[in-house]
Amino acid sequence: MRIGLVCPYSWDVPGGVQEHIRDLAEALIDLGHEVSVISPADEEHDLPGYVVPAGRAVAVPYNGSVARLAFGPLSANRVRRWVKDGGFDLLHVHEPAAPSLSLLACWVADIPIVATVHGATLRSRVLHVAEPMLRSALEKINGWIAVSEAARSTLVRHLGGDAVLIPNGVTVSRYEKAESLPGWPGEGGAIGFLGRMDEPRKGLQVLLRAFEEVGAERPGLRLLIAGPGDVMEVAGRVPPALRERVVLLGQVAEAVKVQVYHSVDVFCAPNTGGESFGIVLAEAMAAGAPIVASDLDAFRRVLRGGRAGELFDNGNAGDLAAAIGRLLDDPGKRAMLSAAASAAVRDYDWPKIARDVLKVYGAVLPGAALSVVSA
Amino acid sequence: MAPLISVLILLAVAMIGVYVSWRAGRLDRLHTRLETARASLDAALVRRSSVALELAASGLLDPATSLVLADHAHSARSTSEGRELAESELTRTLRTVLNQPDFRSFLEARHRDGADELLDELESTAHQVFLARKFYNAAVARTIAARRRWLARVLRLAGTAPMPEFFEIDDTLTPSAMDEQGTDMPHLAG
Repeated sequence: MRIGLVCPYSWDVPGGVQEHIRDLAEALIDLGHEVSVISPADEEHDLPGYVVPAGRAVAVPYNGSVARLAFGPLSANRVRRWVKDGGFDLLHVHEPAAPSLSLLACWVADIPIVATVHGATLRSRVLHVAEPMLRSALEKINGWIAVSEAARSTLVRHLGGDAVLIPNGVTVSRYEKAESLPGWPGEGGAIGFLGRMDEPRKGLQVLLRAFEEVGAERPGLRLLIAGPGDVMEVAGRVPPALRERVVLLGQVAEAVKVQVYHSVDVFCAPNTGGESFGIVLAEAMAAGAPIVASDLDAFRRVLRGGRAGELFDNGNAGDLAAAIGRLLDDPGKRAMLSAAASAAVRDYDWPKIARDVLKVYGAVLPGAALSVVSA
Repeated sequence: MAPLISVLILLAVAMIGVYVSWRAGRLDRLHTRLETARASLDAALVRRSSVALELAASGLLDPATSLVLADHAHSARSTSEGRELAESELTRTLRTVLNQPDFRSFLEARHRDGADELLDELESTAHQVFLARKFYNAAVARTIAARRRWLARVLRLAGTAPMPEFFEIDDTLTPSAMDEQGTDMPHLAG
């Protein structure tokens, strides 16, 4: 079938929504569908062949930060022409309540529309004022998808209706195989962490406390930390005796990130809350890392209740230290968790997620078009 | 001799008293004028955000533009902390919206009644904000200068009235026209 995907944010700015659309488009193309993505783009060269640029985005303060969005008559005309020339069976718009291309696409299009909500970013205060302006455009949407429970409840609360929950995917093949970093994991064993170092909800402070315990017992054990944040500040939080066994990489390139997952004996996700899905966890599973994670509901679900990764009492550094210690002493258990994680993450592999999305397409298309869904 | 000196001293005291009370009265008048200027400025700002909101809800614009505009008009109207920032952001948003490529031709193509009136009203309320703010800040400057004189400070002639503050925002919808023509009245700049 011919599918038009609409991206509200500038293609050349890194972001979760843009990555999601890229991965979905590529998975749909691999499944044999024709896909065109329209997106604001500041640099029009270096775009993948399936992306149609809709012109420069305008930086406006929106929702507490400066967002690069495309709105106005020029953008509306470009979307209209793209829809008209595309001959799509269906449009799939992302984040339709953001004032950008997706909302414009709903406004101008006259074909079946599926919408995905990503963030829990709708502000009720604004919606209260803007609801009448949104309503006529959003009422054209035939089916809603939410990527997380939080996104779904925001949608239900502010716009009414309901959404199908389809989580973010992970392209397993991108993480499956990689060389470990030179010298890792090493004789004494290694623990890994990936995520913002200065965001308490990512839980690095819990892991650092646990490492004081487990690192003191095991003289060769090292801790590998990658992610944005102030490296010197984090180093200052480590007791001097352990400092040279804590390796801080700071923010790393995508390829190095994959290597980090392959460089440790135990990967740790000590998040204390706020994670709707935990993309880092899914990536670590795709890499086949033995995982210890906090027992948040979302993590428990992704890790199959503990079968695809050890769970520890959220926020409890002693419990985390004990879990890490048990795994380091038991290579058999690590191999078992690694295999279980690799198997469990298949549910989140993009080809699988894309098929779930196709089922939603099938549900909103008029009966006659149903047969094209599988083509 | 003694009675004459007493009379002179009494006279001097009386004159100083008259002068001080005249100064206090002047400060009081300045504060009253300041309050009036502030009220006009507030009214102009509220009118501007109301017209912006009306434009957002008019159905003349595309929904994305409406949403951005409604967001900023609403924050400008409902924010007390950080009001200057919110009003400046509304100005910037209005400038972005009005200067969108194809904006005028888009409106004309939609043949909606009232579009011109609404845009004219928006421009006129925005200009009122510009003028009211100019007068308010001038009143603030005069009041501050009067309160800084040593007599006013030593005798605390302003009483408990808080020191007035300038209201600094970006409020020019079409900055170039006013700067180049050297007039604050756009119709004279024509």
